[in-house]
Amino acid sequence: MGHLSAANEIEDLLRTLAPQVLGALARRYGDFDVCEDAVQEALLAAAVQWPPDGVPANPHGWLTVVASRRRTEMWRRESARRRREQVTFASTAPDDEHMSAGDDSLTLLLLCCHPSLTPVSQVALTLRAVGGLTTAEIARALLVPEATVAQRISRAKQRIKAGGAKFQMPPDAELPDRMTAATHVLYLVFNEGSTASSGASLQRVDLIAEAIRLTRQLHDRLPDDGEVAGLLALMLLTDARRPARVTSDGALVPLAEQDRELWDAESIAEGTRLISRSLATAPIGPYQLQAALAAVHDEAARAEHTDWKQILGLYDLLRTLAPGPMVTLNRIVAVAMVHGPKAGLRELAAIERDPALRGNHRVDAVRAHLLEMAGDAVGARDCYRLAARRTLSIPERRYLESRAARVSPEHDI
Amino acid sequence: MKYLILIYSNPQSREIWNSFSRDQRAAGLRDYEALHESMVASGELIVSEALADPSLAKRVSAQEGRPIVTDGPYAEVKEYLAGFFLVDCATIERAIEQAVRIPEAALGLVEVRPIMGLDGWDI
Repeated sequence: MGHLSAANEIEDLLRTLAPQVLGALARRYGDFDVCEDAVQEALLAAAVQWPPDGVPANPHGWLTVVASRRRTEMWRRESARRRREQVTFASTAPDDEHMSAGDDSLTLLLLCCHPSLTPVSQVALTLRAVGGLTTAEIARALLVPEATVAQRISRAKQRIKAGGAKFQMPPDAELPDRMTAATHVLYLVFNEGSTASSGASLQRVDLIAEAIRLTRQLHDRLPDDGEVAGLLALMLLTDARRPARVTSDGALVPLAEQDRELWDAESIAEGTRLISRSLATAPIGPYQLQAALAAVHDEAARAEHTDWKQILGLYDLLRTLAPGPMVTLNRIVAVAMVHGPKAGLRELAAIERDPALRGNHRVDAVRAHLLEMAGDAVGARDCYRLAARRTLSIPERRYLESRAARVSPEHDI
Repeated sequence: MKYLILIYSNPQSREIWNSFSRDQRAAGLRDYEALHESMVASGELIVSEALADPSLAKRVSAQEGRPIVTDGPYAEVKEYLAGFFLVDCATIERAIEQAVRIPEAALGLVEVRPIMGLDGWDI
């Protein structure tokens, strides 16, 4: 236990220091791609040396010196001309280490989420450079081979280099768009984490915890940014339901049937506090609305206490602010809960020709649910089956098949 | 999202390949290589393999818990799976974009199948 917790503490420390050290180096030298490799090597060296030798008195300084040395070695290997230029730097590590760890981490996050990169590359690079994870850990977490992740990271760094993006805060005019990209990447990391809750996940880094950790860091740095607060609240309020979402044999439990005693009250309280504060003080945005929706669900002690009128009102707002197929469908469920299943089915009929929703199994799943509410067992069963055939999620298919069997167990077609 | 791109072989595709000159075959293989390399470079390729001739396949069955192994289907099988790419792409449109670059796509022998995942919709 002592050894284990010491090893965990070292790992936590390394991952906290990773973006700070990389930020200091990149700010000093400017060559983000080489600095990133150098910091990874320094982290690996520390992971090998610190457990037997003990953590050095100044771990940040240790990592910075080792990473700077590695960086110089990389340059040496690369070009003799550059060696002459850089050798003078090599003897001195960045000395302004305490300057602005928070600013560096934010600059780093915005660089890793640069709009010239594809979303999968943004996710991989952010997890490595800001999250301090190794390529192997990221690969296990994303369920893809290590070589695939390594390729995504190196390609992303090449792109940043080729595009001339610098390690510095973007100009104010660009900042809102860059922040949107960064929060989206954190949201993607959170979603990736939600996709794996099977037994094989024991050896994987918990991407949900990682997304919450990084978003919390960002919120600490920008406490008045309403959307960052909203995203953190959304993550906490959604993750609070995780213990009740899946049974021990992996079957999905819908919100209405979850054992609410299992929900994490502490996360709900923190998420609710965050979203209440930001709704009162900051301009409204999509993450805040989604967090508010999650909070309304989470504050109902029983499913039948859910304030569906408020939920419908929030979806009406979200529909104008950030329309999308999922918002459309979830809003229709709220319409049915407030005005009855027939009203919901009428709205569903009106939107089903929307190309963004054509062939989407969730349309069939919602229709099945509304038909079941309306008492049409056979129609509901057929729609549940159709949805089960069209989904790409194994737990969801099992859930939809069991709903089909439950709503109309007699005679098969 | 992960997708499996399946490449089939049929008598027509084999006849075309057999009628190719050496240069034409080399060009065909180069197309494959270029496709493979571009998917590695984009970080989208997970694995790709070509399958041996179906005559080398073993059909495995279990009867009362005992394995029974027979030789696979012989030449009477006209169309069979010849190879695959497992890719991780942002959208199915992107996976299709890659799949149409496979030479067999010209003969209608390429298929893209989504891979199922473990994510669940918050219902």
